[in-house]
Formats: sequence, C-alpha cells, structure tokens
Amino acid sequence: MSVPTPPPDEPDPVVVMTGFARALRASGVAAGSIRLAMAVEALTYVDPLDASQVYWTGRITLCAERDDLPRYDAVFEAWFRGRGDARHPRPVVAESPVAARRAWDSASGGCRPADDERLRTAASDVEVLRRRDIADLSESERRRVDELITSLAPQAGVRKTRRRRAGGRHDIDVSRTLRGMLRDGGELLVLERTRPATKPRRVVFLLDVSGSMSPYADSLLRFAHATARRLPTAAEAFTVGTRLTRVTRQLRTHDPSEALGAAGAAIPDWSGGTRLGDTLRAFLDLWGQQGLARRAVVVIASDGWERGDAGLLGEQMARLARLAHRVIWVNPHRGKAGFVPATAGMAAALPYVDELVAGHTLEALQTLAEALAHA
Amino acid sequence: MDLVDPADLAGALELAGYLPDPGIATAAFLALRMRRPLFLEGEPGVGKTALAQALATVTRSRLIRLQCYEGIDSRQALYDWDFPRQILHLRTADTADRSASEASLYDRRFLLARPLLQALEQGPAVLLIDEIDRADDEFEAFLFEVLTDNAVTIPELGTITATAPPVVVITSNRTREVHDALKRRCLYHWVEHPDFGREVAIVRRHLPAAAAQLVEDVARAVARLREANLVKPPGIAETIDWTNALHMLGASCLESPAAQDTLGAVLKYREDLVRVRREFAALLGE
Repeated sequence: MSVPTPPPDEPDPVVVMTGFARALRASGVAAGSIRLAMAVEALTYVDPLDASQVYWTGRITLCAERDDLPRYDAVFEAWFRGRGDARHPRPVVAESPVAARRAWDSASGGCRPADDERLRTAASDVEVLRRRDIADLSESERRRVDELITSLAPQAGVRKTRRRRAGGRHDIDVSRTLRGMLRDGGELLVLERTRPATKPRRVVFLLDVSGSMSPYADSLLRFAHATARRLPTAAEAFTVGTRLTRVTRQLRTHDPSEALGAAGAAIPDWSGGTRLGDTLRAFLDLWGQQGLARRAVVVIASDGWERGDAGLLGEQMARLARLAHRVIWVNPHRGKAGFVPATAGMAAALPYVDELVAGHTLEALQTLAEALAHA
Repeated sequence: MDLVDPADLAGALELAGYLPDPGIATAAFLALRMRRPLFLEGEPGVGKTALAQALATVTRSRLIRLQCYEGIDSRQALYDWDFPRQILHLRTADTADRSASEASLYDRRFLLARPLLQALEQGPAVLLIDEIDRADDEFEAFLFEVLTDNAVTIPELGTITATAPPVVVITSNRTREVHDALKRRCLYHWVEHPDFGREVAIVRRHLPAAAAQLVEDVARAVARLREANLVKPPGIAETIDWTNALHMLGASCLESPAAQDTLGAVLKYREDLVRVRREFAALLGE
C-alpha cells in the first residue's frame, strides 16, 4: 500500500477520523460513535503518518463484518486520496436505475384515497383475493394482499437443543436432585427430572429476484419479512439472481415497506438474468457450509429459469440437501394449470427438493407457511 | 512486556512460531494495548486459533480455551458447584450444628472454576473463546456481562474480580449473526489466507526438513486450489499436511504419482477429489 497522507487542511487525526467515519456511514458501514471513539483511541497507539497502519487500524476498529470490507476499502481510497468529501461521499455500490425505482414507491403514496375507499370491503373480497394470481393484481389490490401477507406470521418447526429444561419423565436431573438433598439435610426425597429444550428451527430464504420472478419477488420478500419479524434470531434471507445479497439485516426493520425499501436498495441486481447455480454456490461457500444451512429449513423461491449450467445447479442442490434439514422450493408457476417442472434448472433441482409448493397467490403462501410450521 | 508498534509485536509473534501479516499484527497489537477483546472471523484454517496460542506465548501467560457449542451455559463456561462433594461434606459434618455446616457448604473449595472463571482468577491469561457462533444468544448476553466487568458475581460467595484482566480472542465462523452489543465492544478483523511468500515461510517453520522446492511447489498448488471454487478450499493446516505427506514419501518437488496419491491430505470432500483428479493437469499443471 502506497502512502496517502491525511488532507493537509485537516491535519488533526480526530477530525480526519470523524469525517472518514461519516463517509463510511454514508456508504452503509455501521461505524457508530463507539467504534469511532475506538478508532481515535487506537490511532494514538500507531503511527498516524504510516498509511498501512492507518488503513489497518481503521479497518479493525470501524468495521464489524466482512460485508463492510469492500465498502471500507472504497471509502478509504476516496477519502485518503483527497478526492472524497464527507458531506458528499460517492456511493460505493452503484445503484442501478431499477434498484432506485424499487426503493419504494409506497412512500410517495400515489393515487391512494379513492382506491382504498373501494377496497376496505367485506371478507368475501378477501376470499377472492386469496386465490388471485399476485402477478395479475392491480396496484390497490396488491396493497391489500401485502397487508394480509404481513399478518401471515409464519411459524417454524422446532428442534431439540442440547440445553435442558425441568420436566419430562425419563432423565434424572442430577444437580437439581442434589440441590434438593442439600436443602433436606442430605436425604434423598425427590428425584427431579429433566428433558431437552426445544427451539425454532432456522429458516433460510433464498429469493430469486431475477427478471422472470419480478411479479412475485415483492410478495415473497414480504413473506420473508413476516417470518423474520416472528423469528428474529432464527430467520435469514438472501436474494439470488446474478449476485448473492444478504438482506437479513434490512428485513429486521419493523415496518415492512421500510424493510423492503432497504432490501431493495441493497440488492444490486433486481431483474437481471438468472444464474441460480452460481449464486447458490456462492451462498453455500460463504454461508451455508459454515453452518447457516445446517439443520435449517431452506426455502428457495424461484421459477427455475437457469441461464447458466443446469448441471452446476444440480450439484449445488445436492450439496444443499446434505446440509439442510429440509429444502422447500417455491415455484410460482407450480400452481398454474398444465405445470410441468420442465425448465432445465427445475428438473436438475427437483431430485433434491423435499417439497415443491406454489407461491403465486395468498392462499399458496399460506400453504407455504403451513409447510414451514411442519418442517 | 512493552511493545511499541505492530511491527514489534509481529517480530515477537514470529519468535513464538506465528507469522502474521500486517493486518493481524495491527489487530493483535491494538487488542493488547487497548485491552479490548479481538473478534476474528475468516475461513476455517487461516490461523485464528493459532494466533491466540502465539499471543499467550508472547505475553507469557496461560492460554485458556473455551470451545463453544450449542447449549453451552454458565455451568460449563463459568462455574459450577461440586454437588457430590457438598453432599459428602454434609453427610460427614456434625449434624448438631446445622447452620455452621450449611454455611461451610458454599465454600470456595466446592466451587469448580470453568474456563471463564479460570481466566479471571488465574491471570494473566489469554482467553480464547472459540466458535462463539455455535453458542446461543443467551450465552452471548452473559458472556458480554463477564467481559464488560471482568468480574463474576456468585450469589453464595460474592464477587470475584480479575486481578489481571485476560486478553480475549473471540473467533466466529459466521453461522449466525453475533449480537451487535458484543461486537461493538470488540476490535474486528477478517483473517485472509496468507499470501504465497508467507505461506512458504509458515510451512518451512513447521517442516524445516522438507525440500525448499517441494514447499514452494505445494504452496503454489494450494494457492491455485483455493481459486478453483472447491467445496472446501484448503487451509494452512492442509498445506502443511500435504507437504509433510510428500516429504514422508521422499519427494523433493511436487510430482505426479505421489501428488495424486496424497491429495487426500489436502482435499476433504469427494467432489473436490474427483474434480481435481479429473482436471489435475489444468489445475496443478506440471
């Protein structure tokens, strides 16, 4: 690394670091005040004129996860080369026009009042809406369905953990029994029992946001958001397509529109072409194999249109099936008349899928929620 | 031990048998100077655990390791009462004086110190909390408490405060998101695979008897394997194993029959083996 020195007009390391941290925050790194204080303190221990030491010190103190590193590198480059300005940092991940458009139009409102009047109607309408293909809904109908998706609140199946709880009939809880004996002067009066505790299974969503899925992508993201709200520590979501993007953090936001807006901004490849095999491999390499997919219920939402090599997709699906507890594939076309899993991708993946469900209507999403609860 | 800058620490770590890159050296240096836990992430086999061991040697302190697993709780990580001995004590104690014998039940000698308490009591120590992502969030919360105060309160006994706060190294494989509150207190470093020169130096350090040509060939081959999109890219340990295997077979460079036969030392998945065997010439071209 060559030697960029701090801009000469701002020689104070505290000032430089504060501006730098602000530029980092603007680029999406959560470099809060605690981390900034840590960075300023750390700088007193190293040589502030040594570029390499400043680089590492900043990275170690201001970043908190791997996703931060490319952003850090870009901002560091811009800031310490003197081209950057804390007040107008250049966006590091170039926002595609599609992503910008996706960054939610619900905020702007549009033609709301009249439509809403008409749609706040009886349950029978909901009954009809439940079976309508999401792709064919009007803007206002879609808003109503979105609300209903939010209320689906999917549950997850449970698994036994190594923690134990009081109760059960078989195993003796030695330490609690002994503690009882201590109370009773060393006499054994009660045999306490113990049983394994249970925990919701991790649910991992892999949502295809490529062009052919775009009518359904919003609703499926909403579904993932509803799950993430219900299982804050056990749900994970990624979007697949031309690139793998983790959106778990964005989906934790309480408000669904806000969460989807944040996720939309984080996804660089809305509506690009599908390379499912590649992105699935990226997921398994970076996250799944390490443990995220182990014993989890993995939900893949895609129509199986694969532009790349279907053989690769099959290989990666086999890997996934060996790691995951259950693989559920959501294919919006599954519910349509005359559906055969004929796309090359779908055919390659099918042998490794435990359950193939539709996902094109509200009713179908409810089926998915039930499948999750029983997984 | 007075270390003036990261390069100084790098030298000391090297003496301890660990060859750090500038990033690792800076991270470890700041962890020592700022007395902050060091949170390490990275692919398996890049030397996260080895760093903690080397730090213990450098700071002349004990390495205390806490391996996390699912369901780990304070009784396995912090302390537990030795119930069988307490019962024995109760049985043999003078039954006439109940209150005195009850008080003597919760004596320090019946307390079993688990790794966290050991690290606080038997300082100076390097506390390695390995694979924290395997533990659950309840555990994290209580770990956070112990690390913040460097003290433990035992209801029956009182508060035990660390005489010399331990140097804490936490590793994670990112199977789940570790809570922000814990991460915020830590210095963070993503550990990369070593570059070619460093890897050669590391292997030579472990296997001084192996032929120089062999070490370089293997390091170059492993670097290429890491680029080849394998299910499990080889770590440093695999490089050392593979070199050692070839060395045992008397090889002085990476050559075909021996190299093919020993692939099991470096590739641990059937898919990877099949693929590398098939594309051997292209991947490891001789």
